[in-house]
Amino acid sequence: MSEPVAEELLDVTITVNGVPHHARVPARRLLSDFLRHDLGLTGTHVGCEHGVCGACTVLVDDEPMRSCLMFAVTAQAHRITTVEGLGTIDAMRPVQRAFTECHGLQCGFCTPGFVTTITAYLEENPDPTAEEAREAISGNLCRCTGYQNIVKSVLRAAELRRKEANDQ
Amino acid sequence: MTTSMFGAPVARREDPRLVTGNGRFLDDLGHDALAAAFVRSPHAHARIVDIDVTDALDVDGLVGIWTHEDLPGRVGEPLPLLIPHPTLTHGRTAYALAKDEVNHVGEPIVLVIARDRYVAEDVAQLIRVEYDFLTPVVGIEMARDATDLVHDDVPDNVSAHMFQEVGDVDAAMAAAPRTLELDLSIERSACMPMEGKGVYARWDDENGELRLYSSTQTSTGVRAAVAAKLDLPLAKVECIAPDVGGGFGVKINHPWPEEVLIPWAARLLDQPVKWVEDRREHFTSSAHERGQLQTVKVGFDDEGRILALDVKLWHDNGAYTPYGIIVPIITSTQLLGPYKPGAYRVEFWSLYTNTVLVTPYRGAGRPQGCFAMERTVDAIADELGLDRTEVRSRNFILPSEMPYDHGLLFQDGRPLRYDSGDFPASLDKLKALVGWDDFAAYRAEAEAAGRKVGLGIGCYVEGTGVGPYEGGHIQVETSGRVNVSTGLTSQGQGHETVFAQIVANELGVPIEDVHVTTGDTRRMPYAVGTFASRAAVMSGNAIALAARTVRAKALRIAADALEVSADDLEIVDGDIRVKGAPGTHMSLGTVSVMSNPLRYAFDEAAKAATQFAGSNDPSKPPVADDDEPGLEGKDFYSPTQATFANGMHAAIVETDPVTAEIRILRYCVVHDCGPMINPMIVEGQVHGGVAQGVGGALYERMVYDESGQLLNASFMDFLMPYASEVPVIETDHLETPSPLNPLGIKGAGEAGCIPVSAVIASAIEDAEGFPIRSMPISPVELWELRQRHAAGDWPSLRRPRHTSSSPTDTQEDR
Ligand code: FES
Ligand code: FES
Repeated sequence: MSEPVAEELLDVTITVNGVPHHARVPARRLLSDFLRHDLGLTGTHVGCEHGVCGACTVLVDDEPMRSCLMFAVTAQAHRITTVEGLGTIDAMRPVQRAFTECHGLQCGFCTPGFVTTITAYLEENPDPTAEEAREAISGNLCRCTGYQNIVKSVLRAAELRRKEANDQ
Repeated sequence: MTTSMFGAPVARREDPRLVTGNGRFLDDLGHDALAAAFVRSPHAHARIVDIDVTDALDVDGLVGIWTHEDLPGRVGEPLPLLIPHPTLTHGRTAYALAKDEVNHVGEPIVLVIARDRYVAEDVAQLIRVEYDFLTPVVGIEMARDATDLVHDDVPDNVSAHMFQEVGDVDAAMAAAPRTLELDLSIERSACMPMEGKGVYARWDDENGELRLYSSTQTSTGVRAAVAAKLDLPLAKVECIAPDVGGGFGVKINHPWPEEVLIPWAARLLDQPVKWVEDRREHFTSSAHERGQLQTVKVGFDDEGRILALDVKLWHDNGAYTPYGIIVPIITSTQLLGPYKPGAYRVEFWSLYTNTVLVTPYRGAGRPQGCFAMERTVDAIADELGLDRTEVRSRNFILPSEMPYDHGLLFQDGRPLRYDSGDFPASLDKLKALVGWDDFAAYRAEAEAAGRKVGLGIGCYVEGTGVGPYEGGHIQVETSGRVNVSTGLTSQGQGHETVFAQIVANELGVPIEDVHVTTGDTRRMPYAVGTFASRAAVMSGNAIALAARTVRAKALRIAADALEVSADDLEIVDGDIRVKGAPGTHMSLGTVSVMSNPLRYAFDEAAKAATQFAGSNDPSKPPVADDDEPGLEGKDFYSPTQATFANGMHAAIVETDPVTAEIRILRYCVVHDCGPMINPMIVEGQVHGGVAQGVGGALYERMVYDESGQLLNASFMDFLMPYASEVPVIETDHLETPSPLNPLGIKGAGEAGCIPVSAVIASAIEDAEGFPIRSMPISPVELWELRQRHAAGDWPSLRRPRHTSSSPTDTQEDR
């Protein structure tokens, strides 16, 4: 029997929701695990850990990415935004508000992945049709809602964003 | 505002935290916990010869490795058989860690605990298990043949054989002018909540107490099972269901092996331990449902009235039967739907296979039953050249016949007796919603454009809100805050909201003041669980009753203080006041202060209740003999039987003439679950149910190869519908109250998914002109059926494919 070999740790600096975090992580640590268990940002959920469900979607430099398919070390020097960075209970942002208004969630497990995905989508497509909205969410799985109210939430969020823009 | 709470589409209380990442799901807890992983069987049927851990011992971060022989006492005994039944003569359950033999791929063999999950899995990979292979029994046909056995001591692979008959089926069948026979099959599917199972346990050595969190549908059930397994007093075990990311049935079975092992290890190691199921584990070691073969023989008259119905079912129960035979019992009874056959006989065999075990999945056996019945009714209509809705109408139980007793025993061991429902009215609404009578014209137009479309229908009745009971506890704090607790758990049904609505309504308080806790045994130790669309009916009514108790007490105390009769008081927005003289009033919070005579003033409000504070009658004790301190109340609701909701769905599908691709163009639902507490939430339940039904009808199946390997155990290969596959769902509601419970409500959770396979089969059949007898159906399968049909070895429908009975339509032929 040989001596147990401890895993090599790598230094990283990852900016999450505007805050730089310095950490030492094993090369294989997934970004999803790093966010959830090392930083305690448990809003990012893991539904399949193989890149299909989208529950783990975060924004990497404003682009939606599946954090279960990224290693924490590869997020070095990138800007990560999680659902926690997109609004708070007391100050919900349009996508979040739309979900609560339209009954866009039931168990809420898939929701953070939808919120991040839709936030990025509306940034580029501020005024989608219902069909486009459905298309936009077609890469995320939800087992509870049947999606109808999520489509509604996308449209409502677009409306709220426009209102917000007008009010400013 | 408070009086209109019941029935309003109130925004959900749980949403703000869930949309901002502030939910607390199982894996959001216990970041300091050790992690567990399992070595699971890669083989479907084998004897374990040897387990070699030598290589694994070197891994840095390893805490411990355990196999079956390390498990002491009851931890090492078979898991409980939760629902025994006299016909379940050969019930078998697994061990928490396999003992000598494995019976499905995914069965746990070795428990590994390590610093984190990465390390635990490294260790698991280094453990070598040697097997002696046995023949795997895969699929219902092979189980039925019984050349090979799953369990040596279970003859013919039959766990249960059940028979029920009402009337004389043989005589009625012999006398029937016409008969038909159908062979049907339904594939396996599974709940697939987005959050898998998970267990997190903390042992408090100083107090000898265990706190356990599980992503479960029954925290009271898990608590009792774990206490029994670990030989701990119930009082020393608490179980909490945190936010649960969907259940749909799979989380009602308990204790799962992990629910026994993780607390056991936490106590042994005196360290917190957590196990979070990964997706592959969920596929191969949780539970599936649905798989059945069915034969139906039906005797009917020339009007399409069913005189005799003779059904045989072969149900695949997987490798073990911890949840008993609830699923086939439900299939065999709920198959009848809204109809009243002259005589009915059903016989089922529940069969072992070397596959993942089968426990209820939303619908719980009803989709299979509905499929059998609705295929049969469509076949009768076809045989007679009658409109399919006409045949249904002629067999409906009428409102005037309610309550209607089928003479069968239901899943709760009680009579299958429908309490209410108006099936003709539901059908009328559905026909109007989908435009049933205009479909012929729509089809003609589509066909002229070279398109193939079909219209399908399916009806069901669902026994909801089965007993034995649920409880509600309500306590009003001196601040006016109302704490409500019920023991059953929540997986997204919005219980925090609907129960708050009930309390706001009953008690007359603003909903913002009401705070609901579910699934926490510290708060309500008596409960059964969330299944069978029972939460609103069971806990809703219990909470309503508890609220009425609290209200009565509040009025009594206030009446005393205000020196008026309780009858003259009302509660508005948390304020008790004299009707017509709102100037004379006191807040519920003040009543709460007065209800609890105090010695010590801990705050301003409490001062008023201390012993020198006001006048008191020295001849009476501060708390009367028949009273209790505090403004609180508890009650339980325990019904004599289930309450029966119903619904009818219709769909228009299009099948591609070349590729056989199947598209749902419209999907319509008429749903009757009695008065709706929150129509927005009911609608959401229907949407989600239909989406799961669509998955089951067109995409989802568990593909086992002949060696018992599940070939599609990932979201990549098991095709759960995305938004692109789910149609827009159009809904309409009927609200026929139940006479059985105080709120008159019925359950709604499972309804959406029950008839979908039947409806889609009906619609495809209508589009194609040949019968569909097996679901789900893929484009390839439909294409193959077309080939067989063209070659003359798959029958044509006889009926002209019309939907209205106008004579011009009946001239059409395929
Ligand atoms: S958890 Fe990352 S895609 Fe499913
Ligand atoms: S709300 Fe439960 S998975 Fe989407």
